[in-house]
Amino acid sequence: MTQYSVDERGYYGSFGGAYIPEMLYPNVEELRQKYLEIINDPSFKEELDQLLKDYVGRPTPLFLAQRLSAHYKTNIYLKREDLNHTGAHKINNTLGQIILAKRLGKTRIIAETGAGQHGVATATACALMGMQCIVYMGEIDIKRQAPNVYRMKLMGAEVRPATCGSKTLKDATNEAMRDWISNPVDTHYIIGSVVGPHPFPDMVARFQSVISEEMKWQLKEKTGNEDPTHIIACVGGGSNAAGAFYHYLNKPKVKLVAAEAAGQGISTGHSAATTFLGKTGVLHGSKTLLMQTDDGQITEPYSISAGLDYPGIGPIHAHLFETSRAQFIAITDQQALDAAVMLSRMEGIIPALETAHAVAALDYLELQESDVVVINLSGRGDKDLQTFINSGII
Amino acid sequence: MNRLQKLFSEKKSNLLSIYFTAGYPSLNDTATIIEALQDSGVDFIEIGLPFSDPIADGPTIQQSSEIALENGMHTTLLFDQIKDIRKTVSTPLLIMGYINPIIQFGLEKFCQTCHQIGIDGVILPDLPMQEYLESYKSTFDKYGICNIFLITPVSSTERIQWIDENSNGFIYMVSSAGTTGARAGVSDEQSSYFEKIQKLNLKNPTIVGFGISDKNGYEKACLNANGAIIGSAFIKMLSGSTNLKSDIADFIKGIKS
Ligand SMILES: Cc1ncc(COP(=O)(O)O)c(C=O)c1O
Repeated sequence: MTQYSVDERGYYGSFGGAYIPEMLYPNVEELRQKYLEIINDPSFKEELDQLLKDYVGRPTPLFLAQRLSAHYKTNIYLKREDLNHTGAHKINNTLGQIILAKRLGKTRIIAETGAGQHGVATATACALMGMQCIVYMGEIDIKRQAPNVYRMKLMGAEVRPATCGSKTLKDATNEAMRDWISNPVDTHYIIGSVVGPHPFPDMVARFQSVISEEMKWQLKEKTGNEDPTHIIACVGGGSNAAGAFYHYLNKPKVKLVAAEAAGQGISTGHSAATTFLGKTGVLHGSKTLLMQTDDGQITEPYSISAGLDYPGIGPIHAHLFETSRAQFIAITDQQALDAAVMLSRMEGIIPALETAHAVAALDYLELQESDVVVINLSGRGDKDLQTFINSGII
Repeated sequence: MNRLQKLFSEKKSNLLSIYFTAGYPSLNDTATIIEALQDSGVDFIEIGLPFSDPIADGPTIQQSSEIALENGMHTTLLFDQIKDIRKTVSTPLLIMGYINPIIQFGLEKFCQTCHQIGIDGVILPDLPMQEYLESYKSTFDKYGICNIFLITPVSSTERIQWIDENSNGFIYMVSSAGTTGARAGVSDEQSSYFEKIQKLNLKNPTIVGFGISDKNGYEKACLNANGAIIGSAFIKMLSGSTNLKSDIADFIKGIKS
């Protein structure tokens, strides 16, 4: 049987590993040796579960979207990660990692952010724990995502611009890694998705797996069967998808559907559809599928949704793609915008633009009346209001 | 034994190496810079193959890499620029860069081309020893290319010894916790780290790099190691240079005099 979880060497099939400079070795190695022990410790679980319940508002509802279901002549449930505190799934990960960082004796937290969602979730966790927080963000993104910059600052985080390269998410990640290289003792790097060197992809997937853990009992309660026929999630780095797929990876009857950002179209040169355009390579500590030139320079992706604007995908997703365990669908900006309008008007739920890509994937599935489809509603759309206005769809 | 190994068997102290980014300041400066460095008596040379996301590098090399890429530098072109370099240059040459462009070029083809041209070694900070041993070493060995590994002030003694055991050529001693970049002086803390490493009696020579920027830093590093590498400070000099040959000669004189 194909294995979908990480192996002892930190690989998912041929993807993953820990391609890090020697300067990072002690930190990453400490994490590798201790993360399972720490997160499986009953007192860790208790502390995290309590926060997820009382602070984040978990469990998030699983909502039967009746009008949407009628439209697609099937049964569609929405896993409401948008109702989490801070408005997206990102907080599941940042709380888990900050408790872990405390137990490792770290006092200073760094993070990267693109749209600012992970930055806000990290700033939130740091404020809650009284930890110093530094968020790296591309200079261009700081301008594009000003409200999130102010949210982070309001919660006491320092936002440092990444001024080199393309001045966006990948450069912010480079800067965060350089900071970690320069501060190897007191600092923990809270990475924002299932990317980076092993054990980050596995650790983040475990923290996000609460999504499918809840889905199982919620579906059982609502349908009598814990297995849906389809789970759909959008993939930037892939953390919300990894969490939504996690407990179903070894159930081949459950179809896993990953929505990537096609941007203006896969072959327009303005796209972020990594599985369609990427080749195997090494970036930010792991071997995975990456958008790059023939010469191996990483290219700047494009999507209307800043959260999907990453030139790679987590190694777990590269593996799910290679083994065909998950179906990857590329959704254009326009399709995402249309899906956001549809969900807003049919269900009274304004999704994040990232999330709207997952909703748009419904059009590509041949759904039966008896099917049970879960869409992971990774985040809410308040942050995207200006983009909706600019696009003219309102 | 390649040129690099031969150098270390003959010269044990005060070795000086210079790093520069290929394609910077101008696209076709590569051979000129290498020849000028040989003429000024540098012991070995690191040719930087620029990468879009150099996570182990500080601002100076980030910028030189970015400009080199904008100038149009790429792996095939670099090899083309230096294909006849061994007609004029006998100084050991290494390529320093990141693993991704090499994966795209093709590992086997890369090593084969290095061998044909006369590149003696590579330094790839994001290819750690474990991955190297499992998937890369046999190809590097087949073509006689040394792969140089880094150790840092936070590396454990055990790990340093393991890296030493599996290295050939030299060990790249990163001077402090940090990325590449010119820093003022060598602190007492750094000197004691250099001393600690010296006491380990490693089988490979040790060369100090990252943050060595002037004569003083070079001399201090040479007290406890076999030599030192200067990168960012050299690049800064290049950025203001109007005459590469004489400016390079003056820079090296300033370090070695
Ligand atoms: C709401 C939302 N969904 C999805 C993503 C994409 O990240 P990932 O693929 O890691 O879930 C983001 C990232 O910012 C996000 O804010």
